[in-house]
Amino acid sequence: MAAVGTHEAEQTAASRWAGGRSPFDVGWGKLMMWLFLMSDALTFSGMLVGLWTLRLGSPTWPDRAHIMNIRLVGVMTAILICSSTTMALSVYETRRGARRRAVWFLTATILAGFAFAALQATEWTHFILDGARLNTNPWGVPAFSFTFFIITGYHGLHVVGGCVYLWAMAHRIAKGLSGAGGLEVAGLYWGFVDLVWVFIWPSIYLL
Amino acid sequence: MDAVAVRQPEMAHEPHPRESFIRHYIFSIDHKMIGKQYFLTTMFMALVGGAMAMLMRAHLGWPDNGVLSPEQYLQAVTMHGTIMIFFFLTVMLTGGLGNLLIPLMIGARDMAFPFLNMISYWTFVPGVITILLSYFVPGGPAGNGWTAYAPLSAVPAAEGGAGLGQTLWIIAILFVVISSLFGSLNFLTTVINLRTRGMSMGRLPLTIWGAFVTAVLALLSFPVLMAALGLLLLDRLAGTSFFEASNLIIGGAASTHQGGDALLWQHLFWFFGHPEVYILILTPMGVVSDIISTFSRKPIFGYKAMVLSLAAIGFLSFLVWGHHMFVSGMHPLLGAAFMGSTIIIAIPSAIKTFNWCTTLWHGRIHFTTAMLFAIGFVSVFVTGGLSGIFLAIAPVDLYLHDTYFIVAHFHFVMASASLFAILAGTYYWFPKFFGRMMNETLGKIHFALTFLGIYGTFYPMHFIGLHSNDRRLYETTAYPFLSHTGPVDVFVSLSAFLLGFAQLFFIANFLWSLKYGPVAGDNPWHANGLEWTTTTPPPHGNWEGALPAVYRWPYDYSVPGARDDYVPQTVQAIPLVAAAGAGGGEA
Repeated sequence: MAAVGTHEAEQTAASRWAGGRSPFDVGWGKLMMWLFLMSDALTFSGMLVGLWTLRLGSPTWPDRAHIMNIRLVGVMTAILICSSTTMALSVYETRRGARRRAVWFLTATILAGFAFAALQATEWTHFILDGARLNTNPWGVPAFSFTFFIITGYHGLHVVGGCVYLWAMAHRIAKGLSGAGGLEVAGLYWGFVDLVWVFIWPSIYLL
Repeated sequence: MDAVAVRQPEMAHEPHPRESFIRHYIFSIDHKMIGKQYFLTTMFMALVGGAMAMLMRAHLGWPDNGVLSPEQYLQAVTMHGTIMIFFFLTVMLTGGLGNLLIPLMIGARDMAFPFLNMISYWTFVPGVITILLSYFVPGGPAGNGWTAYAPLSAVPAAEGGAGLGQTLWIIAILFVVISSLFGSLNFLTTVINLRTRGMSMGRLPLTIWGAFVTAVLALLSFPVLMAALGLLLLDRLAGTSFFEASNLIIGGAASTHQGGDALLWQHLFWFFGHPEVYILILTPMGVVSDIISTFSRKPIFGYKAMVLSLAAIGFLSFLVWGHHMFVSGMHPLLGAAFMGSTIIIAIPSAIKTFNWCTTLWHGRIHFTTAMLFAIGFVSVFVTGGLSGIFLAIAPVDLYLHDTYFIVAHFHFVMASASLFAILAGTYYWFPKFFGRMMNETLGKIHFALTFLGIYGTFYPMHFIGLHSNDRRLYETTAYPFLSHTGPVDVFVSLSAFLLGFAQLFFIANFLWSLKYGPVAGDNPWHANGLEWTTTTPPPHGNWEGALPAVYRWPYDYSVPGARDDYVPQTVQAIPLVAAAGAGGGEA
């Protein structure tokens, strides 16, 4: 990688967009992750629009407070949000060169991710034991259960996939194969998974 | 710390050992080879899609002969649309032309992430295989239109092709969607980060601007289709019912699916679907701008207006999807809003059209085959654009919806226009990538027959459409009020066969020129773009030695007082007086 601000680049770059450099001073990896997250946000949007269309079109919608353990979901949310903090700390420590501490914070992030996924699995188990299936459930509105399974399931896949991604990054940081730049890209992804949950959580559980 | 920014693998400086056959031709990471792979694969798919069209016309011209059964007819219609849109035009313009041209025109060694580029192609290939496989399953391929409207697409028992064929259709499109997303990530990152020194955004060729806005549209619209297709697949396989309303009766029995909404599919699909048709036209607009400027030997007229109108069309494309749904029972107020946003699109489109005409005005026009197709593009785009204004008006659309009028409209404005630009681009850039010129005589025969074929096929459709001929009718002879349209259908079919026949000249020309065409120099058209400054064909890494620096926009043709009538972008010291400047000024 050639660094920005080389002699050559400075000579001709009248402005950031004049060519020969990255206008945002970011490598292709980070830029590509931003773009990917924009597109992934639209995938989730498509699903949430589906949920709200079906929900507003349905004469009734089950009362979540009686069916789901809202407190448990609150704990899940708190865990996921806290994991963004440990993720940020990990990037910070890598930037300072404290790789050991960085790996510890990453481990904490991964554990939080798995804890979230495990609690989600518990939630699913309860729901299924109560009789909820993809095409039917005891509360009479089929769309209630299939939107729940599909949207939380798709988000759950993102969390588990993110854990694998972070685990690979922890390995690379420990071996010195990746730096703060690469970890920050992973952090963007993790922050996104977190942010999307903030939209899913009220749509499914609270409102 | 953050070692960022311009990552230019310095491949050109390394003596690269001869790659194995597989690395060079199959799993290549060179954007030019990947572009050629895309080009040839999509050209093959165009032949498949074209064959479907020929079958349809063979049936419609002489409906009593029973060339196709009703089911086969609907399947031919569906596969024609699906293959032409997803497997030919979309991927040809992004994967094919985008891959070939973007790094060369902005002065980059390759795409930002060459490996992802290869993965992108090899995600597309399974899609091709899946869609072709669907011809050979029980019940045949999907048959409910390229839009896959629910509930026909959601209920496997709905019709012949709605079984396994429809499932394979969804999976195939998912492959194409993912492949296109990978592609657009690469294109955007490459254009933003890897422009060479001096290649500011204001000096980008319009082809690249077109490809750039296209990539933005793909990035934002394809994921919504991906979500919709995923949900549709779950409806079919897992028992959800996102798109199946309650109390459907299928084959006399009540469906077990409940609580879905068929209109939801239409909204999600057209939120993707409308940007999609601009994905098919923005790159062509750019290609045509560059070719018209080159062969008029004049700067493009109104470069900034051209860029802004590309961006405006791209932006508006996300606000107009409802105009496909005027008859869906949407609230009339909402329909009026979509009508308004749709009509606004006429403004940037007209700006572009006038600018092409003004570029031609007083130019020293060279009627090469590429130029003829570019001018043909403007013609079919205007013809189709004008009928678009009829269709944008909701009350008029209520009458014209789903008639041959709309078939005529989108085949002119989107399909033919896009095809013309692809052919123009092929004639124009063939020498750069294959090192030989294409035959101009065969090319001009190809153009003349194609142009006549297009107008002969689609122009009469306006009239049978106004006569209320529904676009999905299997047998027009069954309806007394359509009894007069039979001869028109025969004429349309004959024109369509002429159009199909004309493409044989192109294929012959392409194959013959690969081997026997006159050897092309580095810059056979005396064009200004960066791609013409490297050797023909470009080496691995695109330029021997250092990357070129850019000093001007690519439209310095016929600069007053200049020695030549073109000034390539890499020329710094102007052997001529003033005028040229730093790009943007109209000469």
